[in-house]
Formats: sequence, C-alpha cells, structure tokens
Amino acid sequence: MRPENSVAAPYLLEIKNLKKHFPIEKGFIISRVIGHVKAVDDVSFFIRPGETLGLVGESGCGKTTTGRLIMRAYDSTSGEIWFDDCRMGRVNVAGLEKKQLRQIRMNMQLIFQDPYSSLNPRMTLLQIVGEPLLVNGVARGSELQDRVAELLRVVGLRPEYMVRYPHAFSGGQRQRIGVARALALHPQLVVCDEPVSALDVSVQAQTLNLLQDLQKDFNLTYLFISHDLSVVEHISDRVVVMYVGKLVEHARTEELFYNPKHPYTEALLSAVPKPDPRLRTAPIVLQGDVADPAHPPSGCYFHPRCRFCIERCKMEAPQLREIAPEHYVSCHRADELTLAGVTKLAATAPAP
Amino acid sequence: MTNQPKIPVDEEAKIEEKIAVATPATMMWWKFRKHKAAVISTVFLVFMYLLAIFCEFVSPSVPDATSARYMSAPPSTIRLVDVEGKWHAPFVYLTEMSRDPVTRRAIYTENTEVRYPIKLFSTGPAYKFWGLWETDIHLFGLGVADEEQRVMLLGADRVGRDMLTMTVYGARISLSIGLIGVALSLGMGIVIGGISGFYGGAIDNFIQRVIEFIRSIPHIPLWMALSAALPLEWPVLKVYFAISMILSLTGWTSMARTVRGRFLAMREEDFILSARLTGSSEGRIILVHMVPSFLSYIIAILTLAVPYMILSETSLSFIGLGLRAPAVSWGVLLAEAQNVRSIALTPWVFWPAVAVISTVLAFNFLGDGLRDAADPYAR
Ligand SMILES: Nc1ncnc2c1ncn2[C@@H]1O[C@H](COP(=O)(O)OP(=O)(O)OP(=O)(O)O)[C@@H](O)[C@H]1O
Ligand code: SF4
Ligand SMILES: [Mg+2]
Repeated sequence: MRPENSVAAPYLLEIKNLKKHFPIEKGFIISRVIGHVKAVDDVSFFIRPGETLGLVGESGCGKTTTGRLIMRAYDSTSGEIWFDDCRMGRVNVAGLEKKQLRQIRMNMQLIFQDPYSSLNPRMTLLQIVGEPLLVNGVARGSELQDRVAELLRVVGLRPEYMVRYPHAFSGGQRQRIGVARALALHPQLVVCDEPVSALDVSVQAQTLNLLQDLQKDFNLTYLFISHDLSVVEHISDRVVVMYVGKLVEHARTEELFYNPKHPYTEALLSAVPKPDPRLRTAPIVLQGDVADPAHPPSGCYFHPRCRFCIERCKMEAPQLREIAPEHYVSCHRADELTLAGVTKLAATAPAP
Repeated sequence: MTNQPKIPVDEEAKIEEKIAVATPATMMWWKFRKHKAAVISTVFLVFMYLLAIFCEFVSPSVPDATSARYMSAPPSTIRLVDVEGKWHAPFVYLTEMSRDPVTRRAIYTENTEVRYPIKLFSTGPAYKFWGLWETDIHLFGLGVADEEQRVMLLGADRVGRDMLTMTVYGARISLSIGLIGVALSLGMGIVIGGISGFYGGAIDNFIQRVIEFIRSIPHIPLWMALSAALPLEWPVLKVYFAISMILSLTGWTSMARTVRGRFLAMREEDFILSARLTGSSEGRIILVHMVPSFLSYIIAILTLAVPYMILSETSLSFIGLGLRAPAVSWGVLLAEAQNVRSIALTPWVFWPAVAVISTVLAFNFLGDGLRDAADPYAR
C-alpha cells in the first residue's frame, strides 16, 4: 500500500511486505536447512480503527501464521507491522524489544480456534480470565475477582462460574471464556483465529453475535480469520483473500462479493451457499490440490488450478496492484476478465 | 452416574456443581479409582513396602540364622484343631527330623505330643532394628529357642534359613534398588531431556543420537561388562549403589525421551502461547502452566520404570554379577535356588520369584492406572 495513504486514513494496523519462511531442516547430528515453507510470502494489508478485516483462504494458506506474526508469537522473516498503540503511538511491532512488546501485547490479543487446547484445564475460570490482569499487575485479590466477574458477565457467563474448571463447559461456552480472557486488558486489536469453526453450527451464530456486540461496546478492531467466506460476509468491512502464503485479493466486502477480480476468489464465492434456490449454481470445482508452500509452482501460484491461465501466468508472478480504489488484486488478467460474484454467478453462462 | 435411579433435580445440580469445581487432583483420583487393578495393586505395593521397611520386625527369624536342624524344611503346618479334635489358637506341632536310611535325605515329621502356640509380639532371635536399637521382639513367633522349634510359613532353604525371613529381607534391597535406580534415572532424564527439549536444534539432535546409540546396545551384556568390573572386595552397600548406578545408566534414556516429548508437545499447546502473549514470564509459564500437567506424566512413567529396575537387579544378581551373598535380595535368593533339585524337592525356595512377579505386575498395573489418570481431561 502506498505510504501517502497512511496520512489520509489512519490505520490501526498496517502490514507491509510481511514474510515468514519456516526452515525445513534435515540432517544427522548437524542439521542443515534444505528448504523453506513460505507460510506467509509478501503480504500487505491494513485495518482501520473500529473495523473488521476478514482474512480468508483454504487450510494451510498461512492465515494462522499471519495472525501470530502480528502478535509477534513468531518473529517474521522480513516485513513491517505498524501498530498505532494508544500509549506508544505508531510502532513497528516487528522491531520491538521484549519490554515494549509486553506493552504492545496489552493492546492486541488473540482468540484461538480450538476452545479446548486454548484453556489450561488445570486452572479455574478466575485464574484463566484473571491471568492477563494478574501478570501485568493490573488487579489482584478481590479486585481481580470483581474484574473477572464483570468480564464473565460481559461474555454471557454467570460470575459464579469463576470457581469452575473448563471441563465443566461446552465448546461454545469455552470460546466465550477465551473471549473474556482476550478482553481482560481492553485491547485495541483482537485477532480472531477462526473463533467459530470448531463450534456447532447452532452455536456459531450466537458467538458471532457476541463478538459483534462486544466490538460495539468496547470499540474493538478485529482481524477475523476464517476459511469460510460466508462467515466473513456478515461481519467484515473488508476482506483479504490468501492463497499459499500470498495475498491474492483485498477489497471492501460488497465489492469483493459482487465484483471479484481474482479467479480464486470467484471459485471460493461459488461455494458460498445462497438462500435463493434460483441463484444456486454448481460450484466451480478447482482442479488439483492446493500448492505445497514448500514447493510452490512457478509464476502465479494459482496457475495449475486456474481456468484462465495463459503462458505468462506460468512464467511471471503477478504483483499486487490497485485496480479500483481500495480494490487490490494480484492477477495478470484482472482487467480483462469478467468474473462472477455472488449475484451475477447465476446470470452468466456456465464456465467454459 | 452409571445407574439411572431417579435423582432429584437439585441433587443432580449438586453433583454437576461438584464435577464443575473438581480440582485436577480430584479429577485424577476419580479417573484412577475406576482402574480397579491399579487400586488393588496400590494396596498390594503399600503392603510390600511396609514389609520391606519393617522387615526385621515382621520376619520371625534373622537372615544369618542357618540351622542344620531345618535344612530344606518344608513350610510349617499351622493348625487350629489338634489330633483329638479340640480347638485351639493357631499352633504348630514339634517338628522332628530323621534321615531316609537309603538316600540320606532329611525327613520332617510332626510330633503331635508337643504343641507350640503362635504368639504375637513374641521374643525371637535378637536383631538391631534399622541397625539402631537392639531388640528381640518379632511380629509373631513361638517364643522358644530357635533350635527347639520354629514357625516357618514358607519353609526353609538349603542351609536352614527361614524363607519368609529371607524373602522379606530381600524385599528391602530389591524394592529400594528400584526406587534409587529410578530416582537416578529421573534426575539424569529430566536434566538431559529438558536441555534437549528446551534448546532444540543441534544440541537436541546430538542428545537424541547418543540416546539412540545407548538404546541400541543390548543391556544385559553391557551390565555384565560393567558389573564384572566391580572389585570383588567391595562391601555390600557399595556394590548396591554401584549396581543401581549401572542400571540407571541405561534407564535414563527412556526418561529423557519422555521428558523431551512432553516438553515439545507442551510448547505447542495454545494455552501456553496464550499465557506468553498475555505477558506471563517464562518462569511463570514453566511453573504454573507446564510443570503441573507434566508432573502426573512423570509420576506415571516413573512407576512404569520401577519394575524394570527390579527385574534388572534380579536378573543381574541371578546370573551372579549383581549383588552377592551375604547381601539378601530376591535375585541373590533365586540364584541360590537355581537347580533342578530345588524345583522338584523344595519348590518353596522359589517364593522370591513369586514376590518378584507379583511386584512387577502390580507396578505395571499401577503405572497403567496412573498414566490413564495423568490426563483426566483427554477428550
Ligand atoms: N511452526 C511451523 N514450522 C514449520 N511450518 C509451519 C509452522 N507453522 C505453520 N507451518 C506451515 O505453514 C503453512 C501455513 O500454516 P498456517 O497454520 O498458517 O495455515 P492456516 O491457513 O492457518 O491453515 P488452517 O486453516 O489449517 O488453520 C502450512 O503449510 C504449515 O504446514
Ligand atoms: S495470474 Fe493467471 S493463473 Fe494467476 S489467477 Fe490470474 S489468470 Fe489465473
Ligand atoms: Mg489456522
């Protein structure tokens, strides 16, 4: 993204050319690096305060890694992560020292995908939800109890539950506990890593509603990760689509849904369930498997599966470019193709 | 929980509340309790260790009480009814020895004229309790001179020593060598495995290769070579420690593997990452989050390692390379028992084998139960 944007539109989070290459090691006694998994490869996007950015892509495309890089759970290979901290101002999270990092992390929190492994089974809710307050010296003793009781109430759990252990709760309730923990320090940014995909369908909507209510009440900014476009549709202001570590398209939600510019986005959209049976079409079935991030294909990573692939796509990797205001796409043929979005998909003739 | 009689609603809520607030220890106990074999084994092992701890008092004789009068004597018959059909407190008849005129073998017969009632807390051969106080009180006995009459529940060995006494004294060494060996293995295992898991990379790689190398050496020949190198003139206690060190030399490898494996698995848990991201220090993460869920696994692994140590000591001593007489261990006793004649004529000298087998089995059941209980939260 262009730096001049940052003056006009203040971003809470701006990511520039973020890369994470996990080394693949092999060897007897002394190991050597025989290659890299390019889990996140040159990703750039931004989030404005108070909005929700959806991050979608198939399993293994690097969504979790992106979220964790922002939290500095992993150190990035290269790239910048600019965060507008309410106390420290605009800082590059990628370059922070331990002490500052601790400060920053009080303002950004993570909600995990797995409501089971994300809660220590040997701790009570008081200890789990109270931990951020305790270790940062915010509250202790009876004040801590009061704060935890309040947090539990906020996420729709009874305060008396604080003496209980996580095993007493269902998946949806556990996820609420995780949300309460994430909100304990009143963060500015919350990275929600597939917070509903492990839950029953009936509980998913409830949890999403809770997250939306909390966003209003606490003025939160969300990076909302999902492998499912239909989950992202209702809660995101803008959507970023990733494929094998690369950002392929980034646009406002309606724009992306009605007017996708990348063939991969089109394929994902064709699988989104449509309520009106007349609009239903056969989903575009992608040929072949998702590329291996350790051995990505040449040129455009999507080319082996793309029905619009031309010679150029096999040789040359497309760059991310802004083809309409705030609509970024990484495809050589983005200008010439007419792709089907959610409403247009029914009208166009079946794919050649 | 299992049967379905009508439970009043508030009763049900109470049960639910009890489960909801159950601490990890309670959860583990509930899980462990379900493993019946483990519970029974625990009782058995507690009993065995009590015997080992109080072996001087529990046994009716002392290990150096050899006697020509009782060579290879069979177990005494405890009676409640005498030849005339009258009831008494438990007693034994006087045992008389004669020799088979042809084979010269000892023949033991009961002389029903003389009765010896069995007394609790009776006097017997003098001993030093825990090597500290001189006393002659035993848990039970006949209260008469050793040469006059003995009560021998498990018979006597070739040199006339009471097998019950020998087995119980053997328990002291055999059961404790397991614990000491495991404690040494644990120490090495935790340190080396911890380093391996914590630093990872080249150090981890190196340690793993060393472990693989040690594990690929057949254990018995290794132990044989090492224990054959122990000087013969070493006192019993020194040999005992040397043997337990030799055993833990190979035992630590599996411990180190487990520690490393748990360490690596733990680091991947989301709640550890969460703790780190909310600002917990490394120390807090290790102490508050990792150690508690670690500990139960370690205890389970430890329990499973003890029988291995006991068996190793027994095998080493049996082939004559471990402890030697005058030390009394189950392996030493079995080494003395090993000949075809004993199997045919005096099978009671194999009681130590029964002790070894039942102890090893009990430890395995207990370890299984503990391993199941170690993660009561498994889904
Ligand atoms: N610690 C790691 N070491 C090596 N490779 C990793 C590591 N973490 C992730 N990867 C690899 O990076 C790629 C992206 O993983 P990531 O978990 O970010 O994907 P994801 O989009 O979140 O997938 P999912 O939908 O399954 O959660 C995968 O190929 C994964 O194997
Ligand atoms: S660059 Fe070529 S292969 Fe890649 S998505 Fe666009 S058309 Fe398809
Ligand atoms: Mg993921």
